[in-house]
Order: sequence, then structure tokens, then C-alpha cells
Amino acid sequence: MPEMNIIQAVNDALRLEMRRDPRVVVLGEDVGRFGGVFRATSGLQEEFGAERCIDTPLAESGIIGTAIGMALYGLRPVPEIQFADFIYPAYDQIVSELAKLRYRSGGEYPAPVVIRTPVGGGIRGGHYHSQSPEALFIHVPGLKVVCPSNPVDAKGLLATCIRGEDPVIFMEPKRVYRAARGNVPEGEYTIPLGEAKVVREGRQVTVLCWGAMVHTALEAGEKGAAQGYDLEIIDLRTLLPYDIDAILTSVRKTGRVVVVHEAPRTCGFGAELAATIQEKAILSLEAPILRVTGFDTPFPYTLEHEYLPDANRILDAVERVVSF
Amino acid sequence: MRLEVIRVIDDEGRVTHPEREPKISGDDLRKLFRTILTVRLLDERMLRLQRQGRLGFYLSSLGEEATHIGAAHALRPGDWLYPAYREVGAALYRGYPLRTFMCQLFGNALDPVKGRQMPVHHSIRSLNFVSISSPVATQIPHAVGTAWAAKLQKKDDVAVAFFGEGGTSTPIFHTSLTFAGVFKAPAILICRNNGWAISVPRSVQTAAPTFAQKAVAYGLPGVLVDGNDILAMIHVTAEAAARGRRGEGATLIEARTYRRGAHSSSDDPSVYRDPAEPKEWERHDPLERFRKYLLAKNEVTADLEAQLRREILEEITDALQYAERQDPKPPLHSMFEDVYSDVPWHLREQQAELDAEIAKHGNKSGH
Repeated sequence: MPEMNIIQAVNDALRLEMRRDPRVVVLGEDVGRFGGVFRATSGLQEEFGAERCIDTPLAESGIIGTAIGMALYGLRPVPEIQFADFIYPAYDQIVSELAKLRYRSGGEYPAPVVIRTPVGGGIRGGHYHSQSPEALFIHVPGLKVVCPSNPVDAKGLLATCIRGEDPVIFMEPKRVYRAARGNVPEGEYTIPLGEAKVVREGRQVTVLCWGAMVHTALEAGEKGAAQGYDLEIIDLRTLLPYDIDAILTSVRKTGRVVVVHEAPRTCGFGAELAATIQEKAILSLEAPILRVTGFDTPFPYTLEHEYLPDANRILDAVERVVSF
Repeated sequence: MRLEVIRVIDDEGRVTHPEREPKISGDDLRKLFRTILTVRLLDERMLRLQRQGRLGFYLSSLGEEATHIGAAHALRPGDWLYPAYREVGAALYRGYPLRTFMCQLFGNALDPVKGRQMPVHHSIRSLNFVSISSPVATQIPHAVGTAWAAKLQKKDDVAVAFFGEGGTSTPIFHTSLTFAGVFKAPAILICRNNGWAISVPRSVQTAAPTFAQKAVAYGLPGVLVDGNDILAMIHVTAEAAARGRRGEGATLIEARTYRRGAHSSSDDPSVYRDPAEPKEWERHDPLERFRKYLLAKNEVTADLEAQLRREILEEITDALQYAERQDPKPPLHSMFEDVYSDVPWHLREQQAELDAEIAKHGNKSGH
């Protein structure tokens, strides 16, 4: 099994799906000749031509709007939005059209568009190259939302999304695009949506996380072990529909929960998880569910590492739920 | 820049441009006439129904019927239509049954869109008449994407987007024309310039003398047509479709027409517009002009028209009674279907929650 980073794994998934299914097309800004600003579509135009790996005008609403029209006609478009921070011109197309087409047409017009977009901070990107807008999409009925943390999951989940029948926001954690490496199986494989993965087993505190924060949580897990804490870390992988069974199984074991995300706290996905866990398992809880998140400010440039959750902040929350 | 307004017949139905007159069989001429008449009678009846409180909402096409019925005739059944909400005549021309039309209006158990949308938001996959949404102009890039996909797949289908002149002020209009131009997508973008976006006149949507001329900036041909002249609409749409099929890309068509009725059943134009204006446009009525043309050609007679009117009114009454006979609501669980291709756990839970609530408190009233 070759070792790959997330970009290479995404590239591999795209290449294999394009070989497997001639209906799959990639479109976006700089995805063609240049192979994407992060190189995720590198070599695809060489192999599949400029009609299947398409450089578009600089207009996110047009990329998503035309991808919807392509999907309705029977293609499988996989548009790239260069940074999630730039997705808002397409928000109307995503929320009013893509998410609702199947429903509002009585099931006649599904639009299986998989939107790939890099998310997250820690790359000296300031406000507009760092945000984590998952909650804005999870809140929209009709969209599935996926955020892998590592190359093996990225490849298998992306293949599942492209073969699926639903629109997906596929968020790629850009801070660990190259840093997260793994032995990725060769050839095609899929990983089902809606299944979380326990990435560290423990008995004391459940830590829920996704994307780049999985690596921060794992660091906290190591560091915490040295201090006597026993963390169970769950990588949600799919944010909608999320794996409630895996979460509750862990919560019933540990009785303590910390949710970690980069996005601002208020109305973040952590709030949804906390609300649902207390609805379903309040008698298993030994302490309040705490959130370790970005702050409710725009994403800062110079102070980004103060803004982002780190292992120490996670362990502080762990200490609070353990000593509650 | 000056653009000629393309016409075939004048207000008296006389052919002024025989070189543009489309060749149409007698049967098709009568089918076109019947469809306009159907929309006219349907609109009258549905607005009355809405006033009586039997229908929640309605959007009429009064005075604009020729724009989309003409376009529908000029296309093949396999071509895709992306309507706004004043083009139902195109669906009727393609064979949308009035009973189904009516069930959609009532959002009842036989509504193809399962009671999920307001009246007049049809979706008819079998006729390539794509689901209508209320936001303005959002369908334009879909038509461009569909046309582009057809081209990529080496098929010669074209796709049409309909939108009002208000829609040309949106960013997505600009973006869609950019894409259509760059990728030479065989799309036909038909702007029904009916003079009014609810209460806002055409002069507030652009300072340009025409909407058609906007095409130039995107490298597209722009055509200005008399939208109340159904033969002219057929002529320009057929030319645009032929261009698209030849691989020459998209066309922007500005169809000059006039919204003689209110924006919707919730609107009152007497508050913002001089009643002399719609009165003036009655002189250019698309139905009247076409009727005169057909009478002169002897393709329609007064007797035939009287017979058609009787038939259509009977069909409308039948459709209405049929729709009112149905279960007024779609099945409860249909609310949770088609959000996704499957029903995920959180929706299954919410469905059970609603079931339990109804078991406890009984069915909801209303609608």
C-alpha cells in the first residue's frame, strides 16, 4: 500500500471514479491545467481532457449552478470550490436549489453534485482562507456533509459520495492536507457515510471531533495519558447524517463528553451534538458537555493559534469534566 | 445600439414579414391556438377560485402566453425547459394533463410534487419541464449546465431558461451568460420583458435601452422579439435552437410583452400602475392577433373556436372536480421522503415524533 497524503488520496479517488464512470466531471477554478491550487486535481486534465476536468470562470455561483444543470442531465459533477471561505456566492444555489431539488420535485429531479472544498485554519490564511462553515450546511435539509481527517478515509468517503445519489459538501481539512499521511489501499474502495471511527479507545472522557481537529485531539490523547487521563476519541467523518450510535455507545461508557471544533462556538455543530446527547443519554452523563471551539470572532490572522483549539485547551476541558 | 423588434404579424394578424413566417401544419396551428386559449380560460377560472377562497394562491400568464407556447412549439420534446412561474402554457403544449395541473395547485394526495410547493410550482420530468423554484433567476445556470452537459455528451438537445426582466438584475444572470458564452453551451435564454417586477417598472432594472443588447458583452447574439407575436417567437426560438444544435452556442432572446394582470393573486397593481397601461396592451393581445391570423388563413373558424371554448371549459371543470375529490393532503410520511435518497436516522426519529403527536392530539386542521 502506497503512503499518501490527503491531497494524493483525493486525487486518487477522483482519478479512479473518472476512469470508472464517464459521467464524472470535475470543474472549478484552476482545477484544469494547473491541477488545483492545492494540486488535488493534478494530472486529471492530462488523462481525461479539458472536457472532463474543466477550468471555469471565476464565479462560484456559476460553478455550482451549472454543475446542478449537468447533474440533472445525468452527469456526476464534482465541482471544487477553491476555499470554503469563497463558497458564499454559491450559497443560494446550494441552499435554494441543490438541497431542495429532489424534495421540491417530488423525487423527480435529484441532483447528485459533490462539492469538494478545503476548510479550516492554521495555514496563515486570515479571515478568508481559514473558516470552517460546516454548521451552515448541516443546517440545510437535503445536504450531506462529510469531513475526513486522513487520506484513507478521504479516498473511500469521496468515492462513496461520487457514487451516491445525494448532494454532498465534502470538506477537506487543508491544514493537514499534506501532514496527514497514511498507507492508502490501492484501487477502488468505498467507506459508508454515517459511520464514525473510534481513533483512540479510552474509558474516561469521549472527545468528539472531525477534520484537522482529530489530530489535535489525538495529541491531547497522548499528552493526557501522561497526565493520567484516558480519552476515547471519535472521528465523526460524516457530519450529516452523523453516527449517533457510535456517539451514544461511547458516552454510555465514559459519561463525559468534550466536543472539539474549529468553527465559532455559538450555533456551531458542537451545540447540536451536546443537545442531542443530553436528550438521549442524560442519565449517563456525569458532567456538563463542554465545547472546545474557535471563538465567536471572525477568524484572525496573527492570533490564529490562540484562536484554534489545541491539545492544552482540550485537556483543560477534560480536566473540568473529570473533576466536575 | 439599435435592435430591430422581430415580428411576423401585426396587431391585426396580417403577415408583415412573410420571409420569417414559420411553416406550421394546420393541426399544429390549432394546437397552438387551443393551448393559448386554455391558458387564458384556466387563468380566469383559477383567479376566480382563489378569490372564492378555494385556492391558496395563483400566478396568471395573461398577455404573455405567446412567449413560452411559441418557444415550446419551436423545440423538440427532448429539449429541456427551465421555467420561471409564468410558463405553464409550455407544459400544457407538451401534454401536461389538466387534472395533474389542478392536483399540483391543490397540493393534494395526487400532486406530483407531494404538496411540498405553493401552487404553480410544477415539476414534470416526463415532459422535460424542470421543477420550478420561487427565487428569481436561479434556474438560468441550470439551463446552461444542462445544455453544456448535452454538448459534452455529444447529444444535440438544447435547454431553455425562462425568466423575467427583473431576473436580469441578479448576479446569477451575469454569471450564467458568462458560462454560456465561454463554453458555447446550446442554451436559449428567454427574457420575458413584461414591464414589471411586481411593482417595479422595467426602467429600474436597467438603464440600457434593451435587455437583448446585454448579450453582446458575453459574446452571445441578442435577439429582440415581439413576445406577443407567437409566430415571431417560434421563428426566433427555432433559429436559436438551430444555432445551438450546430455548435454555435447560446442565444439571449428578449421577448417584449406585458404583464396585464397582477404579479400574483396576492398583488394589487392598481396601487402602483396606471390602468391605462394594461388597457393599451390589450391592442397587442397575443391571442387576438393569432386568432385573426388563423381566421384569415381559414385554419380556425368562429364555430371551431366556440367548440374549443366549450371543450376547454369542460376539461377545466372536470379537472377541478377531480382535484377536489382527492384526499386534500399527501400521506403524512411523504413529508420525510425525498429529502435524501434514503431516510436517515434523524428524519426517522422526527417522523416517529410527529406520528406520536398526531396519535395523541389528532390530525392537524388547516389547508
